[in-house]
Amino acid sequence: MHGIFLILGLVTVACVLMISVYLVISGIPAIGEIGLFQFLFGKVWASTAAEPSFGILPFILTSIYGTAGAILIGVPVGFLTSVYLAKLANPKIKAVIQSAVSLLAGIPSVVYGLVGMVVLVPAIRNIFQIPDGASLLAAIIVLAVMILPSIINVSLTALEAVPKEYEDASLALGATPIETYFRVSVPAAKSGIAAAVVLGVGRAIGEAMAIMMVAGNVANMPTLFGSVRFLTTAVASEMSYSSGLQRQALFSIALVLFLFIMLINGALNYFLKKSKEN
Amino acid sequence: MKSIITVKDMCLWYGQTQALKNISMDIEENSITALIGPSGCGKSTFLRSLNRMNDLIPGVKITGELKYRDRDIFGKDMDVNELRRNIGMVFQKPNPFPMSIYDNIAYGPRTHGIRSKAQLDEIVERSLRGAAIWDETKDRLKKSALGMSGGQQQRLCIARALAVEPDVLLMDEPTSALDPISTMKIEELMESLKKQYTIIIVTHNMQQAVRISDSTAFFLLGDLIEYGNTEKMFAQPQDKRTEDYITGRFG
Repeated sequence: MHGIFLILGLVTVACVLMISVYLVISGIPAIGEIGLFQFLFGKVWASTAAEPSFGILPFILTSIYGTAGAILIGVPVGFLTSVYLAKLANPKIKAVIQSAVSLLAGIPSVVYGLVGMVVLVPAIRNIFQIPDGASLLAAIIVLAVMILPSIINVSLTALEAVPKEYEDASLALGATPIETYFRVSVPAAKSGIAAAVVLGVGRAIGEAMAIMMVAGNVANMPTLFGSVRFLTTAVASEMSYSSGLQRQALFSIALVLFLFIMLINGALNYFLKKSKEN
Repeated sequence: MKSIITVKDMCLWYGQTQALKNISMDIEENSITALIGPSGCGKSTFLRSLNRMNDLIPGVKITGELKYRDRDIFGKDMDVNELRRNIGMVFQKPNPFPMSIYDNIAYGPRTHGIRSKAQLDEIVERSLRGAAIWDETKDRLKKSALGMSGGQQQRLCIARALAVEPDVLLMDEPTSALDPISTMKIEELMESLKKQYTIIIVTHNMQQAVRISDSTAFFLLGDLIEYGNTEKMFAQPQDKRTEDYITGRFG
């Protein structure tokens, strides 16, 4: 019996290993052919041109800017929401908001993309008077909304785990409740909150479907109102018709993305471990 | 001597349950008052009413008159944060913040608007000296307070309470989680703090009440049974129930 459970457990490990090995094996050759520097820092991606060029700097920067933008908007909103839910909201309002957050987490990303495409993109076009609203900005807003549930839930758990004794001590010194939350509870929960942010980063950088529908998907160097392509969407949008070096280069992009995610997971584990130690 | 806290006909309910019944007592300035009684008798509840920490519990209702220096504790014009700065509190379990020793002490003064480094340094040293823990901490002010022993943590919490220059110190079984030696240190400390502060302490330990307090109040099931001079009460209790409790027949 024990053996069967062990084998089932190893299925996951095997999948991770296989995917990692496969990605490395299929990602390395193109990088070798193009040149690591040319590949990572080349500014032009023209995979189907007569003189093809495989620089993925536009994708890397777009992914970084897009994620940073989403964090910039999503973290303050999500973090303050979690403080409100953990410390201030009355139980009824808290229940309503929490179920809304769970629902938000459950919406498929294609629906985010659809709503973004139909509502957000035209709105950006009209508000900023630009020819096309499909842009980095639209992607940032969609991503910011998508990462809210992760940020809220993880920081909420961290804030609720802060011992009440700390808050009592602060109140007994004459600090107001708000001072107490921000100067005692939040610092005490900081590792958990950092983990929430990193989780949000991971979610944002790995998202493909929703942003493919709102970002315009042209391989430009990123500008806020320009049409852009992310690391994820670069792979997704060309894979179906790619061949030869182009196909191999797409695997290399996936490998770069994979390394990013590994890095983020490492950071996440670090913060979670620290948060447990406190 | 002058009364610093006066309580008249105080009743307290948790929802439908009455936890304190018609309590009246005056507490003298610069004295140590011990509140004793079996668990659930209302002594901690009474203590926590004096700095309004019971406000935080939903469903609490209080009637009667509670005054601190002739000001109504539950009055509309009473700023609860100012009240708590004047009436400090030390809890049963040592609860230093997960910060450095220095930041723990500086927390209160910073909250009340003191920013100057020199001034904070001075307050930190004075408070730690006041709580007789300066010598043990002066070389590790920047280290986390959580690395200290339980007894040191509790004296740090006393120092933290002193840092906002309170008038009254409420202590809720401050030594019940500590070993005898730490307990002795805190009792000695209270003796010296009495010169500057008024101390009200809840204790389960009757020897402790005898050793340190000037007056003792005996609570039972929400009633104040007897209140008066500690020596007199332990030598000649007026009420049969007090006698039974202090001689260890129940509790």
